[in-house]
Amino acid sequence: MPDKEETLCDLIVIGTGLAGLSAALFAARRGIDTVLVGLTGEIGFASGLLDLLGVHPVADGRMVKDPWRALERLRREEPGHPYGKIDNDVIRKSIADMLAFLAESGYPYWCDSQANLRMVTPVGTCKPTYAVPHTMQYGPVALAQKTPCLLVDFEGLKGYSAIQIAAKLSACHPHLRTLRIAFPEGRGELYTEHMARALETTAVRATLIEAIRPHIGDVLCIGLPAILGIYDTVRVLEDLTQGLGRPVFEIPTMVPGVTGVRLQELFGRRLPALGVRCLMQQRVWNTWRRTDGRWSLAVGQNTAERTVRARSVMLCSGRFFGKGLCADRHGIRETIFDVPVVQPFDRTLWHNKDLLHAPGHPINRAGLAVDHRFRPTGDQGRVVFPNLFAAGTILAYQDWVRQKCGSGLAIATAYAAVAACHEYLKEVESAK
Amino acid sequence: MQTQVLIIGAGITGAGVARDLALRGVHCIIVEKQDVNAGASGGNHGLLHSGARYIASDPASAVECQRENHLLKHLAAHCIEATGGLFVAVAGDDENYIADFPSTSRRCGITAHEIDLKEVHELEPALSNRLIAAYAVNDATIDPFKLSLDTIADAQLHGSRLLRYSRVVGFEIVHGRIRATRVKDELTGRVLSIAADIVVNAAGAWAGVVAAQAGAPIRMRYSKGTLLVTQNRIAYRVINRLRKATDGDILVPGGTVSILGTTSERVASPDVIYPEIHEVDAIIDEGAVMLPQLAETRFIRAYCGVRPLLEEAGKRGTDDPDDRAVSRGFALIDHLAGPEKLANFVTITGGKLTTYRLMAERTADWVCRRLGIQQPCRTHRVPLPNTVDARWTEPGLAPNTWLRSHAPNDALLCECEMVPRSVVEQIVTTIRKQDGRPSLKAISLRSRIGKGPCQGTFCSQRLAAYLYDRNYLAGSQGIVELRAFLRERWRGQQPLLWDTPLAQAELLEAMHCGLFCLELAAEGGVIEGLDHA
Repeated sequence: MPDKEETLCDLIVIGTGLAGLSAALFAARRGIDTVLVGLTGEIGFASGLLDLLGVHPVADGRMVKDPWRALERLRREEPGHPYGKIDNDVIRKSIADMLAFLAESGYPYWCDSQANLRMVTPVGTCKPTYAVPHTMQYGPVALAQKTPCLLVDFEGLKGYSAIQIAAKLSACHPHLRTLRIAFPEGRGELYTEHMARALETTAVRATLIEAIRPHIGDVLCIGLPAILGIYDTVRVLEDLTQGLGRPVFEIPTMVPGVTGVRLQELFGRRLPALGVRCLMQQRVWNTWRRTDGRWSLAVGQNTAERTVRARSVMLCSGRFFGKGLCADRHGIRETIFDVPVVQPFDRTLWHNKDLLHAPGHPINRAGLAVDHRFRPTGDQGRVVFPNLFAAGTILAYQDWVRQKCGSGLAIATAYAAVAACHEYLKEVESAK
Repeated sequence: MQTQVLIIGAGITGAGVARDLALRGVHCIIVEKQDVNAGASGGNHGLLHSGARYIASDPASAVECQRENHLLKHLAAHCIEATGGLFVAVAGDDENYIADFPSTSRRCGITAHEIDLKEVHELEPALSNRLIAAYAVNDATIDPFKLSLDTIADAQLHGSRLLRYSRVVGFEIVHGRIRATRVKDELTGRVLSIAADIVVNAAGAWAGVVAAQAGAPIRMRYSKGTLLVTQNRIAYRVINRLRKATDGDILVPGGTVSILGTTSERVASPDVIYPEIHEVDAIIDEGAVMLPQLAETRFIRAYCGVRPLLEEAGKRGTDDPDDRAVSRGFALIDHLAGPEKLANFVTITGGKLTTYRLMAERTADWVCRRLGIQQPCRTHRVPLPNTVDARWTEPGLAPNTWLRSHAPNDALLCECEMVPRSVVEQIVTTIRKQDGRPSLKAISLRSRIGKGPCQGTFCSQRLAAYLYDRNYLAGSQGIVELRAFLRERWRGQQPLLWDTPLAQAELLEAMHCGLFCLELAAEGGVIEGLDHA
């Protein structure tokens, strides 16, 4: 054991995507002494849309209207799906808790609770999603009611064209006008994060309002790319709405965008206040399971700088992009504990030859199999370690991209896994 | 529509024939069912052979390669990097073949200098230290896109026309002559009739399909070859394995990358071909014997092409499962001589990129004889002009130009390969000149867009948004275009997805399917309303 700073905790959560952040939050709320470690991770790439279940069955490409009913059906048809281990009531509770947390953190989300929303994307398609940031609230409404809208975009912002969105939507939404303006003080190439930070200041907002106002005409709603602030989106939105005299809404941009930055900053601010010790931008270099069953993890930025001793571990390290899984030509491995990965027989079965193949790519359903307490299992369903839990997209038997269930999966499995971990910690405590 | 010569196929052969005829004052129209170099001309190594590869299997082709190599280095120097090449053998390779190599080469007029094994590692440090022999030859690399685009541009300058996305759907044959060729515009569905004095079938691997429409049977074999593109350039020279031709034994530099190949697999049709995973594995494992770092390097793309091989009667041995013994020479088939007895129809097929000019010359000679035109060939003397149409395919050119120009508003649409708006505008102008609509695929064919490590994840939508802003796309076209472009890129990514490219592919799918829902868009680009599950 290296002689380095040692941190003790009940639970170490590995991964700072939505699953890891959710697990840390739910654990803190249960009073579990928690450490969170991870690279900045995929959260920066989050679209901000909170999906629960948008498509089922995937092979039919059928978009879901009532996600709760579709979840019941999914459980029947894909019993191995991680949602198959959680009741609707628990999923509801987990989402409600998360939305309450976001609202009290100054970034409320909006949803219909019984039906999915349809959110416009930057290519002009409509995506089914469960909840959207308050900044996007009027988008689905305007789309559903075909409200006359002005879609604004900016010189120098690549990959976001109001003309493209309006052209694609024109068949079902004829009352769209577009406007291209220069961003206040912005010249050359623009980045959404810089724009959003600039809009946190009153003067920039005022200039933007003046630039848009002469073009409002008879429209009833104004759509902008997702740039309405990072920290104080409520204030930014209020100012623009008042200044323009019309509801204003955001349309997601290409990733990485500000919607991911907002969540990153929000959790980064709030979790420490809730008692979570965050070791951000750090990775796990090595792990040992001690004779008493506890875990020791060597953690640090560029090398092992400290040891965290934990009674339990929650693996929320994501898939290949998040580095929770890795693959060579011969197979897929889990990167930190090398726990067994459920995977297709060989590489020829990983991907379909057609990117857009309707049933999706088999590799996307590879991952960790877990028991009903979200502990990774190996041969014949045997639990690998009693105090190693997993949540989020690293889990097997789901295709979050095609099912449009990434956020819901992260939140609900984190919630359920934290509950199971809490049980475990209580059992260990009472056994003493 | 009327012309002297109708050429079917805008690969390098069709392009070459058009230029050769145009320089003799003959008016040509080229019809192409897809886009320039859509077949084998775009799916090859980009290798200007010294000829040494064919000394044993096909000495006649070796001689032709040697001569054309020398000629093209002078006439199309701007498309060629005279890297030189090495033939290397590793422990265990056939020693008789190695021993005979210099003399067999000499017999074909090819010089192969033996190189000291210590020296060869100084020349190419990436080579294995298990080499037992090395020879230098004058292989070079050639950019097949630049070559075809420049050849077509010069033909156009001399009065020829190119019709892209125009598929031959039938011939009107009257009294042993093709009176008109029916061509369908693949984008509009309109069928147009072109009357020509002579019809040249330069459809490459599709030559048999085209000829069959005129009632002329050509027996062809389709031999698929798969190639892999590395992220970085592994060697300065062309590296060949010194043995009888087989899988994974040539590494060719291409600007900032290297291209490793190839395979030879018989396929039933040239239409739907994919680089397969077992080919990728075979190529890497074999390539790594010569250059060990190939086992670990990152590959960014795989692609394949179909070699149009002509089946010769009586030479169909069963002992040649990979068709490597079938001649790589070309054939000019006069359809007056066949049972179809067509007086104004000729097929040119087989052959190689290296000998394209010679193939074109022979074809044009035949055409001129039939037309009673006395003009001699000029393509062996007149250099190929370097045109603006073809300049953006060169790796590294767009970044240099962009850095020099320093225009703050000239945003980079492709950040991996640094392709700015101004370059896209130039390409759009070129495509318009070729009677085309500027689609994502057409623009990427003529530039480096989508060819960097992101493989189109980001630049595809940036480009689509830009094309809408410029009014080049309308309605749902962008969705159709994005789907087509990403699918095309995917063909080359799919067999190489492990390690970092796998993570990159996950991001691509998360954005384009997860957020944009492109997998749910119908072919027409329409997404229906929410369904009751």
